[in-house]
Amino acid sequence: MTNPVMRFWRSTIGRKAVMAVTGIIGIGFLLAHITGNLLVFKGPDAINSYSHFLHGPGAELLWIARVVLILAVILHVAAAYSLTQQSHAARPVGYSMRKPQVSTFASRTMRWGGLLILIFIIFHILHFTTGTFHPGGDYVEGDVYINVVHAFHVWWVAAFYMFTMIVLGFHLYHGAWSSARTLSIIGDSPQPLHRRLAMIIAVVVWLGFTLVPLGVLLGWVG
Amino acid sequence: MMNLKLHVWRQPSAKDTGRLETYEARDVSPDMSFLEMLDVVNEDLIVTGKRPIAFDHDCREGICGSCGMMINGVAHGPQRGTATCQLHMRTFKDGDEIVIEPWRAQAFPIIKDLVVDRSAFDRIIQRGGYISVNTGGAPDGNDILVGKDRADHAMDAAACIGCGACVAACPNASSSLFTGAKITHLGKLPQGQPERDRRVVAMVEQMDEEGFGNCSWFGECQEACPKEISIDVIKQMNHDYVAAAARGSD
Repeated sequence: MTNPVMRFWRSTIGRKAVMAVTGIIGIGFLLAHITGNLLVFKGPDAINSYSHFLHGPGAELLWIARVVLILAVILHVAAAYSLTQQSHAARPVGYSMRKPQVSTFASRTMRWGGLLILIFIIFHILHFTTGTFHPGGDYVEGDVYINVVHAFHVWWVAAFYMFTMIVLGFHLYHGAWSSARTLSIIGDSPQPLHRRLAMIIAVVVWLGFTLVPLGVLLGWVG
Repeated sequence: MMNLKLHVWRQPSAKDTGRLETYEARDVSPDMSFLEMLDVVNEDLIVTGKRPIAFDHDCREGICGSCGMMINGVAHGPQRGTATCQLHMRTFKDGDEIVIEPWRAQAFPIIKDLVVDRSAFDRIIQRGGYISVNTGGAPDGNDILVGKDRADHAMDAAACIGCGACVAACPNASSSLFTGAKITHLGKLPQGQPERDRRVVAMVEQMDEEGFGNCSWFGECQEACPKEISIDVIKQMNHDYVAAAARGSD
């Protein structure tokens, strides 16, 4: 018990705090990502020059962001996995009848939602960052606009993206709110289950990301 | 008067495997408490030479925290802010079927039927749910001033009767509401300050060692709590724990 970092990690609250901090890093990234994505509606030049900036003058920042994000994902998943194991062990025999009273659909689907989002992240990197898997047309390095248009003309790719964004919205509706409570960055409330900011974040992220595949499918883009 | 069908968890001892058994509860008055209804069923069982249903109870006025069972999938039954002993049969109607199960958690092993061993809570308290003061003459009134809002917060948390409904209702079988209530109760008062860091670290450590799950903020504990303790106490516990860890407290 000498190492304070390991001691913190071993405690349930320590791991929840890690999940909350890495989750909030994720939310910050998502909001920045949406802002970049929406440039697709301004035309090929806008989004491609943004991409060139990130890979040219902003390359160092991009790599710092990537390292931070990958570390955040690893820590978030590792904490989620071990806490889930612990929770399952905490109730080896379940109830034959159980009626949830106030827990939301979002809170009860965090684990499955998280797993889908993890699979999505891996798919998404192979799809748009490395271009390893890119159905619908050849992947063109640096031409984000063309890649997006090609990608979302494939119906099942667009459907997978849009479905995952609904799941992500639910994940954030519970995650954003519970992170703030875990880290105690919001005050006491007579209605502690109410959440306004998390609702806004969930809707903004869901809508912001859904607009791009939807725009391609409806012909607003491309 | 009403007649009910009960499906009750029967388990002769910790070592035996249990199962749900069905009993008829006849001529139940709506003015009976839930425990009185079980008393009547037990009288019938005893008369017919069967083993009565074992359940924990003591004061039967909602303040001791002894009673508690899962009633139709809800800890302490369908009425909010009410322990099982204060739940009245008028909440049910003639012909209802009621499933009665013990609290389910690794840290609350079943002793018999609906009785579970909650000494894990005692061990959490032993690690810091107290303040160390010298005995002697009673201190002067108003010697230590406590603001009204702080006193109210501390009292709201101190209302915890340690019944275990929070653990029973939590999908993770977490005891965060219980431990958070004790930490908030003492942490809000001046008398609790000297041991505040040590208390939260030790109590959280014990809570984890006992095999309770983590808090995922489902909110079920707050709804199940017969004393309607707010999940804000868990926020306080997390805050105090992270602060104590940052200060390197043992």
